[in-house]
Amino acid sequence: MHSKTMLLRAAKANKGLMLGVGMLAVIVVVALFSPFLAPYDPGASSFSESYQKPSATHWFGTDNLGRDILSRVVSGAPIALRVVVEVLVIAGLIGTVFGVLAGYCGGFVDSLIMRTADLFLAFPNFLLAMALAAAFGASLDNAMLAVAISLWPRYARLIRGQFMSLRDESFVEAARAVGAGPLRVAVQHILRNCIGPLLIQFSLDAAAAILTTASLSFIGLGASPPTPEWGVMIADSRVYILTFWWMPLFPGIAITYVAMAFLLLGDGFQDLMNPMLRQRRTVRPSQAGWLRRLRGLSTRFVKE
Amino acid sequence: MTDAPSGFEPEGARKGRWVLSFLARRVLGIILTLLGMTLIAFLLTHVVPGDAARAAAGPEANAETVERIRTDMGLDQPMMRQYFVYMSRLFHGDLGRSIATRRPVLVDVTTKLPASVELAAFSVLLWLPLGFLVGVYCAVRAGGWSDLINRLLSTAGVAMPIFWLALLIQLALGHVFPIASRIDVTLSVPHYTGFYLIDGVLSGSATAILSALAHLVLPALTLSIVSIARIGRMTRSCVLEVLNQDYVRTARAKGVRERTVIVRHALRNALIPVTTVVGLQFGDLIAYMFLVETVFAWPGIGRYGVNAIVNLDYPAIIGTVLTTSTIYAVINLGVDVLYVGINPRIRY
Repeated sequence: MHSKTMLLRAAKANKGLMLGVGMLAVIVVVALFSPFLAPYDPGASSFSESYQKPSATHWFGTDNLGRDILSRVVSGAPIALRVVVEVLVIAGLIGTVFGVLAGYCGGFVDSLIMRTADLFLAFPNFLLAMALAAAFGASLDNAMLAVAISLWPRYARLIRGQFMSLRDESFVEAARAVGAGPLRVAVQHILRNCIGPLLIQFSLDAAAAILTTASLSFIGLGASPPTPEWGVMIADSRVYILTFWWMPLFPGIAITYVAMAFLLLGDGFQDLMNPMLRQRRTVRPSQAGWLRRLRGLSTRFVKE
Repeated sequence: MTDAPSGFEPEGARKGRWVLSFLARRVLGIILTLLGMTLIAFLLTHVVPGDAARAAAGPEANAETVERIRTDMGLDQPMMRQYFVYMSRLFHGDLGRSIATRRPVLVDVTTKLPASVELAAFSVLLWLPLGFLVGVYCAVRAGGWSDLINRLLSTAGVAMPIFWLALLIQLALGHVFPIASRIDVTLSVPHYTGFYLIDGVLSGSATAILSALAHLVLPALTLSIVSIARIGRMTRSCVLEVLNQDYVRTARAKGVRERTVIVRHALRNALIPVTTVVGLQFGDLIAYMFLVETVFAWPGIGRYGVNAIVNLDYPAIIGTVLTTSTIYAVINLGVDVLYVGINPRIRY
C-alpha cells in the first residue's frame, strides 16, 4: 500500500505527466460528447458560406464547401481516439501473443519469431506502414491495421525480454512449484510485471499511431474525403494553404495536441518507472548556494 | 575503461581485427535482412487485393487488354515462380519497369536518388549539431521553468505532423523562398552528378547554385525543426542520465570546473546513447522525406514512392522500398561501427 501512495505522490509531483493527463481528459470528453459539442453538422455544406475566415459565428472558419471547421475538428476527435485504441489493441495483442510464445517456447520458435520481428524492424517504420496500407487498399481501417502491423515487433520484443528476465525469478518458480499452469504463470505473474514498460510503450506508440495514420490519410492511403479525419482535412486544404490558412491550421493543431498529450504521458510514466530519476534532486553549483548556509544537519530514522 | 591488454599483442591491433570480424558479421546480417525484405516486399505487392494488371492497363481498357497485360507481366504465373523470376532479375540489377513512367525502375530510382540525398544531407548539417546543442543546453538547465518550456516546445515539435508543418512553413515563408521543385524552371544545370549544388559548382554557374540553395531552404527547414525537437529531447535525457552518475558527482566533488565536468565527463559519455538516437533519427528522416517531398514537389525518391503507391505501380513500389531500406540498413551499420569506435567497452 505504502509504495502505491508514494507512486501516486510522485505522479502528482510530475508536472509533465499531470499536464498530459489533463490534456487527455479534455480529448476524451470532446470525443465522447462530440455530437453535442459541435455547433453545426460537420457534413453540412453551404456554398454561400464557403471560405469564411474565423469569426464569432464560425470560430475556426469554414472550408471550400462551406462546412464549419470547428464542427469537423470536434467530430474528428472520436475518430482519432478510435485510431489510437484500435492500433494499440491490435499491435499489443499480436506482439503479446508472439512475445509470450517466444519467451515461453524458446528454441526454434523463439528465434523464428524474433528474426521475423527483426526483419520488420529493419524497415523504416513509416515505409512499412505505407507499403502495407498500399497493399491492403486505401481505407481508414486498412491504414490502422497497417500501422498496427508495423508496430507489433516492439511489443513482442518487450514482452519476450520481460519473460526472459523474469522466467527464473524465485516468485515465478514459487508459483510453478505451487502448481500454477503455464498460462497462469504467463498471465498472472509475468504479464502483470510488464504493465509499467507496456504503459510507456503504449503512450509513445499512441502518438506514433495518430501521426502515422494521419500521414497515411494525407497521402491518400487512409480515410477518404467526406470523413472529418484530421489528416484528410489537411490534405483537402493543401491547395488553399496560401490563401485560406485556417483550413489546414486547426486540424493540424488538433493532431499535435493529441499526440502531445500522449507523449507527455509516456515521458511521465518513464520518469515514474525510473527510480533514480524519481528520487533525483538535481543541484547545480549555481543553485547550490544554500549549501554554504546549511547549519545543524542531523539524520534520524523515521518510523512509518 | 578499456580492458587490460592480454598477451603481447598491442591493444590497437587486437581491436582492429575484432572490428573487421564484427563488420563482416554485420554485413552478412544485412544481406540476410535484405533477402527477407525482398520476400516481404514481394508478398506485399503480389498477394494483395489491388489488381496490378488492371492498374497498368488503365481504366478504359477492356478485359482482353487486361488479360494480355497480365500475361505480359507474368502475373498469371504461380506465386513461387513469380518470386523466383523476380529474384533472378533482381540479381541482374533489373527492378522491372515502372507502370507509370514506362522506364526501368532502376533508372528512375538512380535519377531521383541524388535529389533526396542532397536534401537529406543539407538538412542533417542543420539539425544534427543544433539538436545536440539544444539537448545539452536543456539538460544542463534541467529542473527550472525554462526547462519545462523547452520540454513542452520539443514535445510539440515531435507531436507535429510533418506534412502540416511543411504547409505552415510554406504559408509563413512561401513569399521569401520558393516552395516547389529543386531549381528555377528557367535554369538548367548540366547533369554531372545529379546533385545540383555540386553540378552548379562544376559548371561554374552562380545563379544555379543560388537558385538550388534557395529551393533547399524550406524543405530542409521543415525536416530540421522536427529532427531538432527529437534529437534535443533524446539528448537531454541521455545527458541528464549521465549527469546523475557517481563519477560526475566525484568530478564535481574534487573541484573540477562545471564546464569541464560537462564537456569532458558528461558529454563524452552521453555521446554513446546519443549515437544510437541519431541512427534511429535517420530512419525517421527517411519517413519524413516521403511526406516533405510530396508537399514541396521535390523530385526525389520520396515523392516517386508516394506516386507509385497512389498509382499501385508495384515495380516502382518494390524498387522504392528496397532502395530506402537498403540505405537505412547501411546507415545503421555505419552508426554501429561509429558506436564501437566511441565506446571502448563494447564487445559484440
